[in-house]
Amino acid sequence: MDISLSHVDYRYQANTPFERLAIQDVSIDIPSGTYLAIIGHTGSGKSTVLQHLNALLVPSEGTVAIGDKEIKAHQKNKDLRKVRQRVGIVFQFPEHQLFEETVEKDIIFGPMNFGVTEADAKKRARVALKQVGLAEEILEKSPFDLSGGQMRRVAIAGVLAMEPDVIVLDEPTAGLDPRGRKEIMDMFYQLHQERQLSTILVTHSMEDAARYADQIVIMQHGKVAKKGTPEEIFSSPGELVQMGLDVPEVVRFQLKLEEKWGMNFEQIYLSIEQLSSAFANKLKRGVRL
Amino acid sequence: MMEKMIFGRYVPADSLVHKMDPRSKLTIIFLFVCVIFLANNWQTYAIIGIYTFFMIGLSRIPARFLYGGLKPVLWLVIFTFLLQIFFTREGTVLFHLGPLKIYEEGMKMGFYISFRFFFLILMTSLLTLTTTPIEITDGLETLLGPLKKVRFPVHEMALMMSISLRFIPTLMQETDKIMKAQIARGVEFASGPVKERIKAIIPLLIPLFVSSFKRAEELAIAMEARGYRGGEGRTKYRQLSWKMVDTLQLVFLAIITVLLILFRS
Amino acid sequence: MKTPIVSLKGVTFQYDGQERNALNHVSFDIYDGEWLAIVGHNGSGKSTMAKLLNGLQFPKDGEITVCGMKLQEETIWDIRSKIGMVFQNPDNQFVGTTVQDDVAFGLENMGIPRLEMVQRVEDSLKKVKMEQFLHQEPHHLSGGQKQRVAIASVLALRPAIIILDEATSMLDPRGREEVLETVRTLKDEKSLTVISITHDLEEAAKADRIIVMNKGEVFREGTPDEIFSMDEQLVQLGLDIPFSVKMAKAFRAEGIQLSKHYLSEEELVTELWTYRSRM
Repeated sequence: MDISLSHVDYRYQANTPFERLAIQDVSIDIPSGTYLAIIGHTGSGKSTVLQHLNALLVPSEGTVAIGDKEIKAHQKNKDLRKVRQRVGIVFQFPEHQLFEETVEKDIIFGPMNFGVTEADAKKRARVALKQVGLAEEILEKSPFDLSGGQMRRVAIAGVLAMEPDVIVLDEPTAGLDPRGRKEIMDMFYQLHQERQLSTILVTHSMEDAARYADQIVIMQHGKVAKKGTPEEIFSSPGELVQMGLDVPEVVRFQLKLEEKWGMNFEQIYLSIEQLSSAFANKLKRGVRL
Repeated sequence: MMEKMIFGRYVPADSLVHKMDPRSKLTIIFLFVCVIFLANNWQTYAIIGIYTFFMIGLSRIPARFLYGGLKPVLWLVIFTFLLQIFFTREGTVLFHLGPLKIYEEGMKMGFYISFRFFFLILMTSLLTLTTTPIEITDGLETLLGPLKKVRFPVHEMALMMSISLRFIPTLMQETDKIMKAQIARGVEFASGPVKERIKAIIPLLIPLFVSSFKRAEELAIAMEARGYRGGEGRTKYRQLSWKMVDTLQLVFLAIITVLLILFRS
Repeated sequence: MKTPIVSLKGVTFQYDGQERNALNHVSFDIYDGEWLAIVGHNGSGKSTMAKLLNGLQFPKDGEITVCGMKLQEETIWDIRSKIGMVFQNPDNQFVGTTVQDDVAFGLENMGIPRLEMVQRVEDSLKKVKMEQFLHQEPHHLSGGQKQRVAIASVLALRPAIIILDEATSMLDPRGREEVLETVRTLKDEKSLTVISITHDLEEAAKADRIIVMNKGEVFREGTPDEIFSMDEQLVQLGLDIPFSVKMAKAFRAEGIQLSKHYLSEEELVTELWTYRSRM
């Protein structure tokens, strides 16, 4: 399912003295099957963009197209639920949304709200639980008796069980330890490939953006500052640094090497192996570095 | 709608009333509530009215803002007025309004009571408009200080109030976040039959409770780690300072009271 | 000669209703003026340690000594006055309605006279570069700013030891850097002992010494160089390897010899430079 934002503005508390323009003239195309990373500082407008992706916010100006549904400013937009069923959002600290007595009830809550029968929803719950790497025994437990990491996975399973075509992730690994972080990110990537989902990841982590995304959008002061493939984005690291953003560690290291030697590599490398072999080659060829 | 409400809102400004000590403001409000009942004729109501508007003038709160904010309450004042004129049956009949007789006494009571109500609202709004909630808490804590002798938990109450004030914005943000997460999972908060809507609150309330308990627990640990062990032996950082204005304001209210006693019938 | 400021001897702890010990015969010393990182995956027992160190929980068995005092009911308040804690959630440790009130909270508890309080509030906020925000309310601050206020609150109490209990795990990269930079500067200025409990290995890499926890036990203790030579073993423990270690490994695989196992990025660049001149 394609999503596109065209010339979207959003104002918080419009027509009050507290009015604030959160995003301005934002246009982003997300063709079906894309893995898009949205990067920016806290307050850059990236979470406002995120909330437009399943009509939690309706634009103050401009149009958001989600599949064949168009959500326009200045008009009554009906049937937003249909959109929400197809776009699942995993919010930051999703475990805060758990509320049911058992894990199973919590996972089937979303699907059943969207009209899936209980029997079907329960089937889906089992599938989703497996996807997030939890055992079925957990289904009858109270979500509040689980560890923080397990709660996170249950909450994610609740979104997966809705079987959305698009998954929106808002810092899904915040607060997890390195292993948990890697497992969750890999799991989403696998789902993305197997089910041909569109995935939109809002993150601070340049590493994750470089590793998983095929498109990157950089937000700054409520506007799209830059968009392109990871190679394009990171090929001019100076710009990112100027915006006060990080670059991936490998890129940062390459820049340090280049500075020390007063030379340039042919390109920006996004993996450790590429960089080390490029460096070793230069040494072997005895090129004056 | 909510944006326009002014109850409990603080409006920062650099005025004499803003600078007053919360203790004197609280005392004045308390006395005002008592003194207002002295008024019983048009002269005394005029005195109260002049006093009230004089205080508003001093506070530099824009009249337009005050009017906008108090509009919903004005309906209540008008309603009180109507109640009085329709249901008081004393004195001479002034005129007929369809089947209803309007009496002189009813007219008088209607005016007096609705004005009393109106002035009370104005003065109490003035308190919250010019005093931050935390100042009010501090003021109350000091004024109620003597009650500690009869084992009334004044310090605990004040701490409770200030922690609640501190966490209101945090909980509002949290409510918004959880609501959005549940809407994304297909909950409809704003439409559908009443029964459904009440049911829809559960996915909001339970997470909110759970997180509030967690916050409370973590906050208690943080407080303990910073050496909190009850009100005993604590000093206070926030200081209230009684200034000349405060004394003058109290004297002023005393003069008003004397005038009221002189002019009441 | 390094003097221990904190020492744990055979400390065992069990949460109510759990079968496994959260900590199992843990013994180690923490030396005066060092930066010690305690690392481990979530559930490895590292956060329990923080709670034990300032008497929020008591061990089932074993002994904890802080600044020469044995930790027990009678010494608990004296010990707490020596230890400043910065917790994980920036919101849930902000007690005051404004920045200055929050810093003053601990001072009020200690019964410090008002004039001195004013001075200390101001000084400690300056130290964390938050003096511009004296009257600011917490919901207008970023996570990193709130944590810096938390550090100021702790600093105002003049502790000998600061414990960072996953204090950066909920922050964005910028906030994390702000907080760590603040602590680093303060540590040098005030010769504080810093104990940082974390699962961020990049953060741990900057410590003087690292203790790796696993299943409630001390798995390994050593300098960053020693710890990072564990390599893949760290990953098996649910942790990660710092970037510069991964990078160095890749260079070694290309046949480039390097002196130590753990080199910071800067050291690595320099080392590569000298490597070339040796060729």
